[in-house]
Order: sequence, then structure tokens, then C-alpha cells
Amino acid sequence: MNKIANKQVICEVLMEKAKEDKDVVVLCSDSRGSSSLTPYADTYPEQFVEVGIAEQSLVSISAGLARCGKKPYAASPACFLSTRSMEQAKVDCAYSHMNVKLIGVSGGISYGALGMTHHSATDIADMASIPGMRVYLPSDRFQTRKLMEALYEDTDPAYVRVGRNAVEDVYTEDNCPFEMDKATVLGEGTDVAIIACGEMVKPAVDAMEMLKKEGISAGVLDMYCVKPLDTAAVIKAAEKAKAVIVIEEHTRIGGLGSMVAQVLAENCPRKMRSLGLPDAPVIAGKSQEVFDYYHLNADGIVAAAHELLK
Amino acid sequence: MNLKANSYRLRQDILDIIYRAKTGHIGGDFSVTDILNVLYNKVMNITPENFGSVDRDHFVLSKGHAVEALYAVLCQKGFFPREDLLTVSQYGSKYIGHPNNKVNGIEMNSGSLGHGLSVAIGMALAGKMDKRDYRVYVVMGDGELAEGSVWEGAMAGGHYKLDNLCAVIDRNHLQISGTTEYVMNQESQEERWATFGWHVISVNGNDVDALEKAFEEAKTVKGKPTMIVANTTKGCGVSFMANQAGWHHRVPTAEEYEQGMAELKAKEMAANE
Ligand SMILES: Cc1ncc(C[n+]2csc(CCOP(=O)(O)OP(=O)(O)O)c2C)c(N)n1
Ligand SMILES: [Mg+2]
Repeated sequence: MNKIANKQVICEVLMEKAKEDKDVVVLCSDSRGSSSLTPYADTYPEQFVEVGIAEQSLVSISAGLARCGKKPYAASPACFLSTRSMEQAKVDCAYSHMNVKLIGVSGGISYGALGMTHHSATDIADMASIPGMRVYLPSDRFQTRKLMEALYEDTDPAYVRVGRNAVEDVYTEDNCPFEMDKATVLGEGTDVAIIACGEMVKPAVDAMEMLKKEGISAGVLDMYCVKPLDTAAVIKAAEKAKAVIVIEEHTRIGGLGSMVAQVLAENCPRKMRSLGLPDAPVIAGKSQEVFDYYHLNADGIVAAAHELLK
Repeated sequence: MNLKANSYRLRQDILDIIYRAKTGHIGGDFSVTDILNVLYNKVMNITPENFGSVDRDHFVLSKGHAVEALYAVLCQKGFFPREDLLTVSQYGSKYIGHPNNKVNGIEMNSGSLGHGLSVAIGMALAGKMDKRDYRVYVVMGDGELAEGSVWEGAMAGGHYKLDNLCAVIDRNHLQISGTTEYVMNQESQEERWATFGWHVISVNGNDVDALEKAFEEAKTVKGKPTMIVANTTKGCGVSFMANQAGWHHRVPTAEEYEQGMAELKAKEMAANE
């Protein structure tokens, strides 16, 4: 099992970029350790800014840096970054259109038993609803690298959410197809289309295999680009299938499921299930325990498929 | 340029903008007019010609509701034609009720109080990193100081010893609901900022000469950011608006417009003598 967390890959990419590009700046809010950015801070102290436990100024300062030609990456736990600094993300980054990359680490429920203060189960809804703010949830370490390399090349604001723990690989070093803002098609199915993002892509792939064995044709879309949502890919997959399942590590309100439902309703209505977290504080537990409790796993997807195809 | 006369000239433009648009924040515009006048016409190296470059001074109007004052100054500096002012707050106009960087001469969008100081800190940090010698200026309201985010910036500015940063508090003692001391006490700003590691200068913020001196002093300070506590009068320039909380965003009637214009014209003339 892979031991490298996606946030460590972010650190690796940023170190590579910082070496060649003096304008790359990483900012943390007493969060360099939790963001796995200590190696960066130690190696590039001149291109690192510590703001203390002050997530609002973390994001405003990033915007000011961007305005004067820097390429800032503000890294902080997703729970704080997406809510405490939401207005700074809205006004100073999105509205002023500054090249700030917000890196939300230990996102979703990866802080487990630390409670709702530490969960970012609303960050997709929070960030995606801001005009001009993009939202990305990469699925594994290989895709995280490709995404970070692509984001380095552009000059628009974006929010990236990654989890705390290492996650199983979906791709390999040599086989990680990636096109910016296009969902990665991991399989095409005529019965059910499964659309997933972030850490839910792996269980989606597992479910696809399980369903295949039962003779059910399933496909998977890795929708790491939650916004701008790859609507063409959603419509294409849905048109081919009888039903659609969306799975995400996020409340069912306003996340990927809601966004896909809107596309389906407007373009090609299909029976669908949106699997996500409840509108309530989640139970205590390690990530996998919490996912299993809410059926956010391969079994849960298979069960939803059975129900939809009944 | 006769700066003192120009402040009254600018106030006439502001009054025109607001009277025409039937919306605006005249009280805070008039208290900050002298500050903007001095900054743009004496202190800052910002022109329509160099605006596209990073190597010039930078400015953030954190009390974004005073945008009409900024429009008047920018227009006079030639950032956009005077006709554009006719569209302020009109349907489809980019000249809206708060700063917006679609407008030539404006760098950062504001309107939600409490952001500008930290944005300016980012700009100042970038200048230090790249060893550029530009300076960064930001103007806040005194009611704005109740925002917690201001104090995050206060800490960071002191911590990073940003001597290329000069912030200004438009200390007019008024906000929407009354005096700052009634709404939320803002006394002893000098001590507060000094404790956070800032060089503090207290001046009459409606006195262009005193302001110019303060900004010049700030340029000489090493190892600390400067906070200029500009003691102002809200509604400064028009007798019946001065020091009246109600004039925060009241729109003048025809008679008030005429009287206000007459007072401002008289003061401009007197200053020119
Ligand atoms: C975050 C935020 N809260 C509330 C407002 C609404 N508002 C606009 S101006 C104002 C009063 C500002 O007072 P002050 O900072 O003293 O400005 P001035 O007196 O210079 O007009 C308020 C509450 C706002 N623009 N932003
Ligand atoms: Mg005030």
C-alpha cells in the first residue's frame, strides 16, 4: 500500500518549482507540519512566509503577494482555509482575480475523531459557489502531481483539497492520463456511471470491478475538477448508462452530487444516487471507519447500483 | 499644485458624483479627501503611465466605501476621462460603489472592511523579497479597526518589520451607528499600534501640509512599518455635514447640494488666494 500522502507530493512539486522560480512562495498559518511543508520551509526560507494562526491574513497576504508578481500557495487545514478565510478567498482572490492557490490539507473527515471543527465536509460547496474560484480534489499521488504542475502554469485562483493520509493509488507513474479540467475516464459502462472525486475514486474503481463480475456494466469518471465541472463528460457517461451514482467525501448538500444532479436534470435525466456525508456532525473514527459507517465505500456503491437498476 | 485648494476642488467632484448617482458615502469621502490628495499628488509614485509596472508605489483603499473620493482623485490624475464619472453606479457601469480593479488605477477590490491591511502586507513582503524599492500605502477607517483581521495584519506588519509599508487610519471618530467610542471604543490607537511594533505618527488628517510631513517621515523609518493616525473630521468641508454620523451615506437634496457646492467653491477660492 502506498505510503505517500497527496500533500507530500504537493510539497515535492512546490520544492521543484521553487528551485527554478523565485516567485513561488508558500504561506502557512502554523500549519507547515500538518501541510507536510516543513521540508519546503527549511529549504526555501526566503520563499516561505509564516503568518501565525491567522487564516484570514494568510489569504489576504497571499493576494497582495500575487498582485506584486508572486505565485503564492497558501496551505492550511482545509477546514479553516475554506471557512475562516472564505471571505478573503472570495474578495481578495476570486473577486480581485489574483493568482493565489489555496491548498486545503487534511480535508474532508481525515481529522477523524477531532470533530466537526476539523472536518471540511462543506468546502466544495463553500468554494465552488464563489464566482471565479476553481475547486480540485485529486484522487491519488500521481494525479496530485499532474494537477499541481498544471496549476503552476496558470494564473487564476484555485482551491485544492487533499486528505491527511496516504491513499491507495488509482494510477501509476507511467499511466496517469491527465488533461486539465477534463474528467479522467476510468471505465465506461452501459448500466451505471459512477462519478467520484478525491479519495472516493478508488472505491468507485473497486465497485466497478465488483459490478462487472456480477455482469453489471459500470463506468467511472474521476472528476478531480469539481469546478469547472466537466459537464460534457458527465452527459456522455450518463447518456450511455441507465443510472448515475455520485460519491464524494462531502455533505450531500451543494457538493459534486448536487452539481451533477443539476447537469443531469438539465441535459439528460437519469435515475441517480448521491452518496455523501450526512447533514450532521459525523461520527468519530478513522477515515475508513467513518466511510464504512456511511457506506462511502465500494459496497455502498454496489448496493446503490443494485437499487437503481432494480 | 495648491494642494489645499485641490482638496476643495476634489470635494466638489465628489459631491457631483454622489448627487448625480444618488448614492455614495459622502462623510467618509470628505474625511479621506486630503489623505488621498496628498498621497496621489505629493507622495506616491503612481501615474497612468507607470500603472502597469510592479516597480511603482502601491495603494489599497481598505475603507472601500469611500470610492467616490478615489474616483475623483484618479480621474484628475488622468486614469480615465471625466465623462466616465457620469456613469458611477449606473446600470452596467464598472464604476460601482466600491473599488474594483476593472477600473484603471485601482489595484485591489475592496468593500468588505478589514482586508486591506493584510493585502498591503503581502504587497510589501513581495517588495522585500524582490528587493524592489516601491512603497505600499493602505487607508483604513476607524470603525474598521473593530475587525479582527485588521489585528492579524497589525501583527504581521510588525513581525516582518515592513518599513516599506505605510498605513493610515482615517480617525474621524464616527461610523454608521454613532461615534466609535459609543459603538466600539477605538481610543489610544497610538499605543495600540506601537505595541504591535509600528512607528506611529499622529497628525491632523485634514491638513495637507501635516500629512505630507508625516508621509515623508514614514519614508525615513527603518525596521518598522508606519501607522499614520490621521485625525480627521467626517464630512470635512461642508458645514452641515461635518461631524454628523447621519452623513455617512446620506444623499444631499438639491438645496443641500447647492449650499455644499457654494461652501466648497468659496473655500477653494480662499485657499487659492
Ligand atoms: C465587513 C464589513 N462590515 C460592514 C460593512 C458595512 N459598512 C460600510 S461603511 C461602515 C462604517 C465604516 O466606518 P469607518 O471604518 O469608521 O469608516 P468612515 O467613518 O471613514 O466612513 C460599515 C459598517 C462593510 N462594508 N464591511
Ligand atoms: Mg470612521
